[in-house]
Amino acid sequence: MTAISIAVLTITALALLAGLGLSYASRKLPAGDGELVDKVNELLPQTQCAQCGYPGCRPYAAAIVNDGAAINLCPPGGDATIRRLASLLGRDVQALAMPAAAERLIAVVDEDRCIGCMHCRNACPVDAIVGAQQMMHTIIESECTGCELCVAPCPVDCISLRRVA
Amino acid sequence: MSAPTYDLGKLHGGLRLDGKKSQSTAEPIHTIPIPSQLIQPLAQHVGDPAHPIVGIGERVLKGQLIAEQEGSLGAPVHASSSGRIVAIEAWPISRRFGDTAPCVVIETDGEDRPIERAETPPPFDTLPPDFLADKILQGGIVGLGGAVFPTSQKLIQANTCELDYLILNGVECEPYISCDDVLMRERAHEVISGAQVLLHALSLEVCYIGVESDKPEALHNLADALGEADDARIILKQVPTIYPSGGEDQLVQLVTNREVPSGGLPTDIGCLVQNVGTAVAIYDWIHDNEPLISRITTITGDGIATPMNVKVRLGTTVADVVNVAGGYTDKARQLIIGGPMTGKSVTTDRVPVVKATNCILVLSETPSPGPELSCIRCGDCAAVCPVQLLPQQLFWYACADDEKHLRSYGLTDCIECGCCDLVCPSHIPLTADFRKAKGRFRELADEKARAERARRRFEARNERKVLEEQHRLHELAEQKEKAKLAGPAAIAEILKRKRGRDKD
Repeated sequence: MTAISIAVLTITALALLAGLGLSYASRKLPAGDGELVDKVNELLPQTQCAQCGYPGCRPYAAAIVNDGAAINLCPPGGDATIRRLASLLGRDVQALAMPAAAERLIAVVDEDRCIGCMHCRNACPVDAIVGAQQMMHTIIESECTGCELCVAPCPVDCISLRRVA
Repeated sequence: MSAPTYDLGKLHGGLRLDGKKSQSTAEPIHTIPIPSQLIQPLAQHVGDPAHPIVGIGERVLKGQLIAEQEGSLGAPVHASSSGRIVAIEAWPISRRFGDTAPCVVIETDGEDRPIERAETPPPFDTLPPDFLADKILQGGIVGLGGAVFPTSQKLIQANTCELDYLILNGVECEPYISCDDVLMRERAHEVISGAQVLLHALSLEVCYIGVESDKPEALHNLADALGEADDARIILKQVPTIYPSGGEDQLVQLVTNREVPSGGLPTDIGCLVQNVGTAVAIYDWIHDNEPLISRITTITGDGIATPMNVKVRLGTTVADVVNVAGGYTDKARQLIIGGPMTGKSVTTDRVPVVKATNCILVLSETPSPGPELSCIRCGDCAAVCPVQLLPQQLFWYACADDEKHLRSYGLTDCIECGCCDLVCPSHIPLTADFRKAKGRFRELADEKARAERARRRFEARNERKVLEEQHRLHELAEQKEKAKLAGPAAIAEILKRKRGRDKD
C-alpha cells in the first residue's frame, strides 16, 4: 500500500515540476513564429528598401524566421542590426553581405524637371511622395526612408539622394 | 528687515569648491555701450528656432519683435537696439550641439530708439493668471539660470499640477559666476516684485528665495527689500555653499526636504523653481514693458584685465564685452561660455551673448590633470554624486554601450554637474562620457520613432493595395455578371428583330 502511494506521489510531483517548467519556458522563450516575425521585424530599420531581396522589412523578417534566410542582408541596419538579430535568434554574427549604408539619405525631386508621371509615387514603399498625374511631385522629407526605390523608375532622372543635414 | 531662515533638507554629496567670485563682484554692474552690430540667434531657448518676421534692409526699433516663436517650447526674439537688419545668416554661437546657427544681424544706428507701446501696463494683480502666462511668453522670457526653458510654458505646465511652493533660485553655486549675486545686491526690490508677479500667476501663497551663504550682501539687501515690501508670503532661505546646491532638484531638496523622483520634475512634488534673473526679467516686462533684450553677465577669469559684471544687450559679441572689461591679459588661453564646471569651451570671441549666457570665463592654461587611467573602483565619485548615482557603474556600462543597464542605473537622472570628474583619481572624464551616452540615447530614440512610422506607413500601403485589388476584382466580376445576364437577352432581341424582318 505504502509502495503504491509513494509511486503515485512521486509521479504527481514529477508531473507538477514538468508543468511548472513548461509554463516557465512558454513565457520566457520565444513563442510561435508569428510573434517571432514581429520581434525580428522590430529590429529591422524599416527602410523598406528591398536590398535584401525581399519586398520590404516584414517579408524579410518572415523569410529569416520561416525560410532560414541569412541575417546579414540589411545594409541600412548595418552591423548593429546583425548583432541584435544574432542575439535574438541565437545565430552567429556575420559580416554584412554587401557594403553598408554610410549615412542617412533622403530623396529629393528636382521640381523643375519633374513631368508628373506618377512612376516614383507608385514605387515608394512608404507613401512619402505626393503628386498627381501631370502635376509636379514632391517628397515628404520627414517620411522618406532613403530606400532609393524611386530613383530607377523616374524617366527623366529628376530624383537624387541627399545626405540629411 | 526679515532675517533669512536656515531650516534645510539634506543634500547628498557635492563639493566645497573655491568660489573665486570676489574677483568679479568688486565693481558695480557696468553697462556696455551699444555695439555697432548685434547678432541675435533665432534659437536662444530650448525649443524650435523662432521664425524671423523682418526682412533684410528693414529698420527696427529697440524692443521690436523680430522673430515669432515656433512650437510649444519656442520663444520670440526682440531687437536689442534700434537699427537696420543687414543679414539673416549662420553665425558662430556657443551651444552644446553644432557650432553655427541662423542669426538676425542688426547694424545699430546708435540712437537706441525704443518701440512705442501704446498702453501703460495695468497693475499685474488685476490680470488673470492665464493672461499673465501668455504675456510673459510675448516678452520672450525664458529661464535665465542656463536651461532657457520658456517661462510661460513652465507656468502653464505648473498650473496643471498641485503646487505648494514657488522657489526662486539665487544660489549660483558654480565657481566664478556672480551675475545673480550682483543682481540680488543691486535689484533686490525687483527680485521681490518679480516673485509677487509669479505668485499671482501661479495663485500660490508661499515663495522661498534660496541664496547661498557666501553672498552676505545679497542676503542683506534682499532681507531689507523684503522688510520694505512687508510680504509675509516670501521667505528668504540661506543654503550652504556646496556645489551643486543651485541645481533645480538639489535646491528643492534643500529648501523643502522633498526629493524629486527619478525622471520627474519639481512640479511632481509641488514645487516650481525660477531663477532670480528670470523674476527680474518678468518684472521689467510686466511693469516697464521691456521685453528680454538684455541680461547681466559675469566676465571673469585670470585671462581678463578687469573682471566684472556687465549689463549686456543680447546679441553683443563676446569680443565687445571683453573690450569693456579691459581686454585679455597675456595669460588668456581658453574662452569658456558658462562656468568652469558646466560651461562650453569656444574657439572664437565672435559668438554673441544670448539669453543663456550667464558667464564669460577666460582662463590661463589649466595644468593638465594627467593622463586618463583605468578606473580603480574607489567609489569616490559615488560619494560626491548629488543625485546618488553610481558613476563607476555608469562608466562601465557607457564603455560597453549597454543601454539597458545605463537606464536602470539612472543615467538620465545625471545632471552633468562634473563633481565625479573632479574627484576621480584616475582623471576619467566621466561627465563627458555620460553626455555622449545620453546623445546616443537620443539618436536611438529618434531612429526608433522613424522606423516605427515607416513600418506603419508601409503596412498601411500594403493594406490599401490589397483593398484596391479586391475592389478591382469585385468590379470586374460584377461587369462580367451583368454581361452574362445581358448577353442572352440581347441575342434574343436581335433574333426577334431578325425574325420580324424575315416575316416582312
